[in-house]
Amino acid sequence: MPSKVEKWKDEVYGSEIREHLLEFAEEGWESIPEDEHDAWFERFKWWGLYHQRSGQESYFMMRIGTPNGVIEPGQLEVIGEVAKEYATGPADNPEFGDAYCDWTTRQSIQLHWIKLEDIPEIWDKLESVGLSTQQACGDSWRNIVGCPVAGKDKHEHIDAWPIAEQLNEQFKGNDDYANLPRKWKVSVTGCDEGCGQGDINDLAFEPARKDGELGFNVRVGGGLSRKEARFARDIDVWVPPEQASDVAAGMSALFNEYGDREDRFNARIKFLVDEWGPEKMREVLQAEFVDFELPTAGEDMRDQYTYNSGSQVGHDDHVGVHEQDDGNYYVGLNVLVGRQGADDVLELADIASEYGSGEVRLTQRQNIIIMDVPEENLDALLDEPLLSEYSPNPSPFKRGSIACTGTEFCSLSIVETKNRQVRYARWLEANVDLPEDHEDFHIHLSGCTASCAQPQIADVSLRGMKTRKDGDPVEALDIGLGGGLGENPHFADWVEMRVPADEVPGAIANLVERFKELREERPVPEGQEGRDGEAVERETFREFVEARDEETLAELVEPEETDYEDPYMHNTKTTWYPYVDDDDMDASPAPTDGKGESLAPSDD
Amino acid sequence: MPTDVHQLDDGAWISVNDSREVNVSDLWLLARHEFCPCEMADFLAEGVVEVGVDHPDVEARFAGRCIQCGTEGVTDWLAVGRVIEPETGEFYPVVPESVHVPRKRTRLATPE
Repeated sequence: MPSKVEKWKDEVYGSEIREHLLEFAEEGWESIPEDEHDAWFERFKWWGLYHQRSGQESYFMMRIGTPNGVIEPGQLEVIGEVAKEYATGPADNPEFGDAYCDWTTRQSIQLHWIKLEDIPEIWDKLESVGLSTQQACGDSWRNIVGCPVAGKDKHEHIDAWPIAEQLNEQFKGNDDYANLPRKWKVSVTGCDEGCGQGDINDLAFEPARKDGELGFNVRVGGGLSRKEARFARDIDVWVPPEQASDVAAGMSALFNEYGDREDRFNARIKFLVDEWGPEKMREVLQAEFVDFELPTAGEDMRDQYTYNSGSQVGHDDHVGVHEQDDGNYYVGLNVLVGRQGADDVLELADIASEYGSGEVRLTQRQNIIIMDVPEENLDALLDEPLLSEYSPNPSPFKRGSIACTGTEFCSLSIVETKNRQVRYARWLEANVDLPEDHEDFHIHLSGCTASCAQPQIADVSLRGMKTRKDGDPVEALDIGLGGGLGENPHFADWVEMRVPADEVPGAIANLVERFKELREERPVPEGQEGRDGEAVERETFREFVEARDEETLAELVEPEETDYEDPYMHNTKTTWYPYVDDDDMDASPAPTDGKGESLAPSDD
Repeated sequence: MPTDVHQLDDGAWISVNDSREVNVSDLWLLARHEFCPCEMADFLAEGVVEVGVDHPDVEARFAGRCIQCGTEGVTDWLAVGRVIEPETGEFYPVVPESVHVPRKRTRLATPE
């Protein structure tokens, strides 16, 4: 029997939701019948709107999909203006103030505290510069990700940006693909560094050579959510760039036909790949969904992948100053946990126009890149005061931090995340020294098993939990180690569970110290004396973890209270907003009307 | 009217008569259970797996973990509240921190 969500989708879904949304916006929050909230909130996702959690009724998160993270000249200014004017709630965040943008791990943008009544104006502003919230959430083609510097990258073999644009054009607003069994995440990459993170997508196009021609190998069925992490599986298909959209159409049509619409927990295509295996996936794709002969896989470039590989060699992210293939430079800025205040976004838009082309791009590590900077502008750009906050040369702990939305706004999260990770990064920067040969050290904090911060592919993986401390329930984290991508991707091993959140920085500090003490030396293989030209090298952190069993690793992680202070140990989920003095649910002003005035019944 | 129950947002919510009523991330104390070896499981509900109605009880199975012993899994059926008057549909939730006794299902449930 189809799930309840499928019944709602059968009634109204896809593009037609927009007209209903506009009517509700015109008439106000209270015009949505209470007994239809669930159905409409589910549908609104298709237009990029996610109702915020309990205590924040009538407020929405709005997601703007920017394919491949490309924000064209003129768009960032509008994003900042929209955030400043509309993403303002009834209370400030102590780290980020009021009005901010979140750059996400799928190269999208999230705004919070959006009022239903403001949505038509926001759409007008966004769409006037070519931005869209369409299909940013919901059961359809999501934002397409890839190498964020596609088209301008020196490491690129195929310019994947036109392909991402084509896929976006073809599958956004396309009724044939508007209502899939579940979300559909696609990655297209033409560079040899692996920064499209295809391994964790439903459908991945990765660069490969076949009979001397460049194209893509195809992988299917990756994803991290619900403790069911999978890497995308190789289905032995190569496709030339001009047929990538045909294979993408065929595979999403296959998902539409055979995906599970009865059990949403079994709906993602990773479960179909589990059931069928890659060979059958290929056979069915060939037999039923494409009308040309699919070539077998070509020779991939995975042995060159450096992105999030833990190798400490080559590009591990896009932070820093790097030359483009046209002789200009891109400057990747670290945005700690991906959150940037609206005023800073507006200033960044000005800076990007003054020193570069005005184009910026978002990365899957929640950072932002200023594009097309001529060499003669670099010094002046790097002297801009804003770059002291959003640095192209941050400490490894700030550079490596990723955090999801957390209990600040999310219904599923178990713990507070973004502000906590900011505090973790600052404490670690001040108190812990990584080995000099480790510039990249990734710590990903996800509030729950949905894994929006991609915790399983970090050096140190943190996942929301609870425990008791002195008898009282407190927010806690599971700690995993050794995850990452690269030629041979690996999910983190969960080695220490339910660590009180205020003991996690101490645990990481102790782990790093033990790593420095115990990491082993080895001779550099002949002909590979690249790393400082030395004849011996020492284990990287990822190798160190791989070489030890879970029991040994657990002993190296010693949770410990330090002078780190965590103001979010209480159950932040039971507050209406975790950072206000009176955080009791009953103190919430929500729901509010279009002007932010409370609609909640008065005690008088 | 019959009580309408389903889970929403990737198992974050139990909706009763189209109203979001029970959220995840609470700790539930479980007695006389088969979830783990603990006499009293201190169970963190991480996600709703299955929901159903055994009038007047609204019931659910949760995925999660006992934070005492670390056992992970899915609970048997837990009463999360009641709809005493089907005509009004008003839902009365249980208090998660009180002691609950999971039980095997005796009626058919929907797999939402």
